[in-house]
Amino acid sequence: MDKKLVVSSSPHIRTIESVQSVMTDVLIALFPAALMAVLLFGYKALLTMVISVVTAMAVEALWLRKRDLFSDGSAAVTGLLFAMVLPPAPPWWLVVIGAASSIIIGKQVFGGIGYNIFNPALVGRAVVVMSWGARMAGPIWPQPQPFAFTADISAVTMATPLAAQQEALSYSLASMFIGVMPGCLGETSTLALLLGGAWLYYKGHIDWRIPGGFIGTVFIFGLLFGGAFYGGPFETGLFHVLAGGVMIGAIFMATDMVTTPVTANGRLIFGIGCGLITMLIRLWGSMPEGVTFAILIMNGVTPIIDNFTIPRQFGGVKKSA
Amino acid sequence: MSSVAFKGGIHPDYQKEVTATLAVTPMKAPPVVVIPLKQHIGAPCEPLEGIKVGARVKMGQKIADSSGFVSAPIHASVSGTIKEIGPYNHPLGRPAQAIIIESDGEDSWDEQLKPAGDLNDLSAEEIRKLVREAGIVGLGGATFPTHVKLSPPPEKKIDIVVINGAECEPYLTADHRVMLEKPEEIIFGLKVMIKALNAEKAVIGIEDNKNDAIRVMEAVSAAEGNISVSRLHTKYPQGAEKMLIQVTTGRKVPSGGLPLDVGIVNHNVGTAVAIAHAVREGKPLIERVVTVTGAGINRPANLLVRVGTLVSTVIDQCGGLRDNTLKLIVGGPMMGLAQPNADLPVIKGTSGILALTDEDVYLAERAPCIRCAKCVDACPVTLIPAMIAQAAEHALYARAEKLHALDCFECGCCSYSCPSKIPLTQLIVIAKAEITKAKKK
Repeated sequence: MDKKLVVSSSPHIRTIESVQSVMTDVLIALFPAALMAVLLFGYKALLTMVISVVTAMAVEALWLRKRDLFSDGSAAVTGLLFAMVLPPAPPWWLVVIGAASSIIIGKQVFGGIGYNIFNPALVGRAVVVMSWGARMAGPIWPQPQPFAFTADISAVTMATPLAAQQEALSYSLASMFIGVMPGCLGETSTLALLLGGAWLYYKGHIDWRIPGGFIGTVFIFGLLFGGAFYGGPFETGLFHVLAGGVMIGAIFMATDMVTTPVTANGRLIFGIGCGLITMLIRLWGSMPEGVTFAILIMNGVTPIIDNFTIPRQFGGVKKSA
Repeated sequence: MSSVAFKGGIHPDYQKEVTATLAVTPMKAPPVVVIPLKQHIGAPCEPLEGIKVGARVKMGQKIADSSGFVSAPIHASVSGTIKEIGPYNHPLGRPAQAIIIESDGEDSWDEQLKPAGDLNDLSAEEIRKLVREAGIVGLGGATFPTHVKLSPPPEKKIDIVVINGAECEPYLTADHRVMLEKPEEIIFGLKVMIKALNAEKAVIGIEDNKNDAIRVMEAVSAAEGNISVSRLHTKYPQGAEKMLIQVTTGRKVPSGGLPLDVGIVNHNVGTAVAIAHAVREGKPLIERVVTVTGAGINRPANLLVRVGTLVSTVIDQCGGLRDNTLKLIVGGPMMGLAQPNADLPVIKGTSGILALTDEDVYLAERAPCIRCAKCVDACPVTLIPAMIAQAAEHALYARAEKLHALDCFECGCCSYSCPSKIPLTQLIVIAKAEITKAKKK
């Protein structure tokens, strides 16, 4: 035997999954929502997404001094997610600054992938909301114009359903489910987001706990405390689930692996916490929408949640520390 | 009828079809055997009086033993002359003392070996003695001396014997073939165990990727009122003691405890066959079924191999290794041990010889942990592998212990499922060693 053999510790076979394949699956999962954004808001939405993704990838490559733009794919995911929570036609410089902030402040200053505490895309969003509030809230939202790719969507603007109940009543729950309402470019279509969520679930990248806890809490809270303005308590509960960023938040943001708990019970607590804070802000806070800050706050307490939810080991009797 | 699955686990590429249909063929008797003095968990054996270089031995003759209770004697697997007694490569890593016998090609049995007679006339004590004298150890791979598992402390009443036919390790088909080819011996061996333990019943757990074996075992156990077959969901590590007991009996072995704490002992199907041979024919354990497989093996096979046969000899009989072989493993791909070369003997616990090629072995660079929790969801004993591994990397062994590192039985599910290719199992094994070391101080 003169062959050179590799000796290493077991196991000797590994899953073919990698960080890159996981990130690619997330991009695939975002495709329906991205397509819907283009169908509803036209070329400006497409442009926003392209600028954001390219900026995020370029900034990360520059920061890491890597030639490989796509690399592990995480920058592309952050860039696309950041675009999805922007208005459909923001100025290009706002997209660039926000995407760059996502990568630098949201991720690289902490040590890069795996080490960031807060969801990078939402850090980017928080930066632009704080800096250019008037461009991120108020009656700035273009009305969706389905299948009008080249239309100038900025011509007709309004407030989101969450910001003004007057606006809310003009959208049926069915059209909200499909996504024909004003809002951030990737957040309006529950249908498209659910399709993406189903793919992530099928691939084993998310489980039911975070989205279930988040959406369930929002629904119950809306039902109990939302009043009956949207036809009845049940409808109001549904309204709160379909309006704003709950669906994209619950399926794509609150399930970000790096910034959420690893324990099973921790994941459920995280989801419920996100739903709770979202509704506190929506119903009694000064802002119409609370998903961004709900998730960022829960990101911050993730290590504590993990430490308090370490499960009992198989056959264990004592409560663990 | 399908059993409840345990929590966690993985679904690797099983690759069992390569050898599942190949009948066990006896391997040509080797010209030389290298018989290590330690082939079991417990005290190593010492050569018996008269066992020295130049001495002639018969096949089946006891050549080494130990006075320790947790120990099993060792027998010559060929007849011939002792050529050397000294250190030799061992599958567990470090070279260990071994008796090297040159075969005379006669395979003449030790005449003193005799059948034990009718099972009905044997007492529990006689069975234990006979099993010990036959050198029988757990053939699933753990190699715990079988007679010890048949001697529970008097305060522990054992009511169920669980037989492991799950064979959850990918690639391996040795137990599968034994169930197809020796079902009647398994039942007989099982009856011996039931008698020795004064147990009430027995369950044979088999994964549902071996439907033919389930049918065969159901057919032979139908006539026995107290033996049943449990059809198990195919999921690794279904054959792990704690998982197997949970799904076949609903009982949970306590953390840090043994199956006998919940009234159960657990044996492998191959062990049952070895016991049957010892009782009926008086034959000690000198051969076992080994699956030789993997894309690096030219002619995969299930072979009946004499203990002490060199792995290189076995591989030669299977047409040799392919050029792109990258890893040689004794055991299965999940828990087996990678070897630097093939110059080492098959021992009682060798269930497989696996050659993996550059296409099977994933030598990717390690990426940072992305906290995906796939290791958490895969761990069958509900640990948080990522956290324990992180503690181990920072030498925070007290924290690793608090995170129940000692409950890890090294199944490898965490490392397998990690997209960042972090050697989680290895790090936890290091933590376990450090924790145990600190405790001994």
